[in-house]
Order: sequence, then C-alpha cells, then structure tokens
Amino acid sequence: MSAVERIPILKIGDVLLASIQVDLQDRDVLALQEDLAEKITATGAHGVVLDISAVDIVDSFIGRMFATIAATSRLFDAHTVVVGMRPAVAITLVELGLTLGEVRTALDLEKGLAILAELGERAPR
Amino acid sequence: MTIDTGRSDNLADLLRTNTAALTARWVEVAAATLRGRLTTAELERELAELYNALLAGVDSGSRDVAAEPYAELRALLTDMSRRRARTGFSPSETAVTVYALKQAVFELIDNDAVEGGLREVVAFSRLLDAFGLQTFESYAKAREEVIDEQAEQLLELTTPVVKLWDGVLAVPLVGTLDSARTQVVMEKLLEALVTTGAAHAIIDITGVLAVDTQVAQHLLKTVMAARLMGAECTISGIRPHIAQTIVALGIEFGDITTKSSLADALRHALRRSGVEFTAAERRR
Repeated sequence: MSAVERIPILKIGDVLLASIQVDLQDRDVLALQEDLAEKITATGAHGVVLDISAVDIVDSFIGRMFATIAATSRLFDAHTVVVGMRPAVAITLVELGLTLGEVRTALDLEKGLAILAELGERAPR
Repeated sequence: MTIDTGRSDNLADLLRTNTAALTARWVEVAAATLRGRLTTAELERELAELYNALLAGVDSGSRDVAAEPYAELRALLTDMSRRRARTGFSPSETAVTVYALKQAVFELIDNDAVEGGLREVVAFSRLLDAFGLQTFESYAKAREEVIDEQAEQLLELTTPVVKLWDGVLAVPLVGTLDSARTQVVMEKLLEALVTTGAAHAIIDITGVLAVDTQVAQHLLKTVMAARLMGAECTISGIRPHIAQTIVALGIEFGDITTKSSLADALRHALRRSGVEFTAAERRR
C-alpha cells in the first residue's frame, strides 16, 4: 500500500494554491482537505486556488471534494476557485450530474487569481 | 503428370499464345460497356496488368481463387474496384469488365476448338465469376468507406467554432441537431475554450429547425460543462416555434442566459468582459 500523496500547498500573497499533479485517490483527497483547512487557519488566507489542469480522471467522490473544500473554506471566510478543468473532466462531472455549488471556476490560474482579487475587493476586511 | 495439370497447361497455353489477340478483344468488349468513360489507353493498361496477373495464376496450375498464385490478381482487382467506386462507376460495370474476358476467350474457343473443351471452359468461367464477385465485394466496401468518410466530414464541417472577439467564441449551428452532433459540438467548443482561453461562448441555434428533449439536454450539458471550466455560455437565436416546443416540453433552462439574436448575445458577452459601447461622434 502506497503512502498518502501529500499535495503541496503554496502561499502566494493571501491566496493558497494547491496544484494537483497526480491521479487522486480518495485518501489523498481527504488529506488535502485537512491540510487546506489547517493552512487556511494558520495563514488567514482569503482565497484558495485548486489547479486541476493535470487531472484527467475524476469520479463523483472527487467531484464532491471541490464542493466540500469550498464549503469548508467559506467557514474561514475564504473563497475557492477551481482552475484549468479539462473538457473531458467537465463532461464527466456534468454526466455525473454533479454541480460544484458555490465553487467558482476559471480557465487558467491567472483568471482564477483575478476572480479572487475581485471577490476580495468586494468584501474588504 | 496428372490429367489436371495437363488441362491447366492447355488453358495456360491458350492464354499465353493468344495474349495479344485476347487482350485486344477484351479491351474492345469492356470498352463497349463503359461507353467512353475511360480512355482506351487507360483501359488497355489496366487490363494488360490484370491479364498478366491472371496468366501467372493460371500458369501455376491452380484454379482456386483464394490460392496464393492469384494474390496479385486479387490485389489488382480490389484496387481497380476501389478506384472505380470513387469515380462513380456502378458495381455491375466493374464486374462486367472482368466478365468481358470470358466473351473474348469463348470466341477464341469457338474459332478454333481447343482440346479438353467443355471442362476447361467451365473451370475458366468459374474462375472469372469468382473474380467478378470479388470486384463487387470490394466495390461495396469502398463505397461504405466513402460514406463513412463523408459522414465524418459532415460532422466536422457543420460545427465550426469561430472567434467573434477577443475572448468570445461562437458556434453557429445549422440544420438538424442529433445527439452525435451535439456531442461533437460540446467537445469542440470545450477544446476551443482551453486552446483560446476565451471566457465567453455563444451557441447560436438560429439555423436549427427542431429541438427535442434530448438535444436540449445536450445543449444544457454543454453550457454546464463550459461553466465548470470557468467560461460563461450563452444560447442565442432560439426560433419562436422552438421556444414554444421548449416550453411545451417543460425543459428548464434555469439560470442559463438566452438571447434572441447573436448580436444581443455578443453585446452581452462583451459587456460582461468589460467592453463599453459608445456611438462614434459624427463629424460633419
């Protein structure tokens, strides 16, 4: 049994960036969720960017993960943006009937950061 | 030496000694059925090739069409049949070209009676029949390939993704939408979103004559998928009677933006991306 993949979480300004480069297992996802929650409280970040441009395959569990992470970060007053979703992944999620709820999406990292900046401006701390 | 091989040699001899006369007659008979759609020179070249391959096969003593000695002839026939299928000859015309050799040979046998007679003729006739059938089969296969190719091209052709503005893509749909086509539209649009990085997409269905629940479902899915990828998708150009159908079928478009014309949709997309419109001042 392989060890749990820890996905590195980078901090840029007050945004946290998690770039997912591996095929996700369920427990990797749970680990990411925990790590993110801890990191947000530790840093007081106001935004989270999940970069999934390298992810080819998703299932319903991982699809739900995005919504869960977003809901969790909302509790810490941080917005979540999922960036770089591939067409195949988008089609799969739609076919599975999953909506991402509150999660914002963007085509690439740059646009994702722009959305977060806009959201931050709208609700200044 | 067995009687069989003796007979084979007999036929082979006949074919070999009369090569020139037989090919000439073959070309003549075949040309009559083609009514000038192929030049005589072309036909001569084609048939001379076939004749040589046939002679090589008959020379080997085998009378089995599927046997190794006829491999070259089979390949040549398949080739010819394919070529003709693509240039619009009917399968009978192709087969008749092969059968024309029969006539040429039979005339020769009538002229100077060959030893071994009837059996020889029947065996040869059966051989040519089989080759004629083969041209038929390859003809049908080639036609099917052409049809498949065209269907694919049609799918590709009818679903262009065009760039209307920086960051605004449009897919003008024309004709009948079915599930296969909407699937292609979905995939092409999403791919284009990734490659261009456009944040807005417009699906224009002005040219679509009918929408059923399944198609509407696919359109909705496309919009949802584009949204998941971070792009906004607008549907424009719904015809009045399609709008009525959609309402009658109870299809919910939810919070998806729909505009009556492509122009409106473009204006909407540009506004969303922060472009302002001002009428240019008239100088006069």
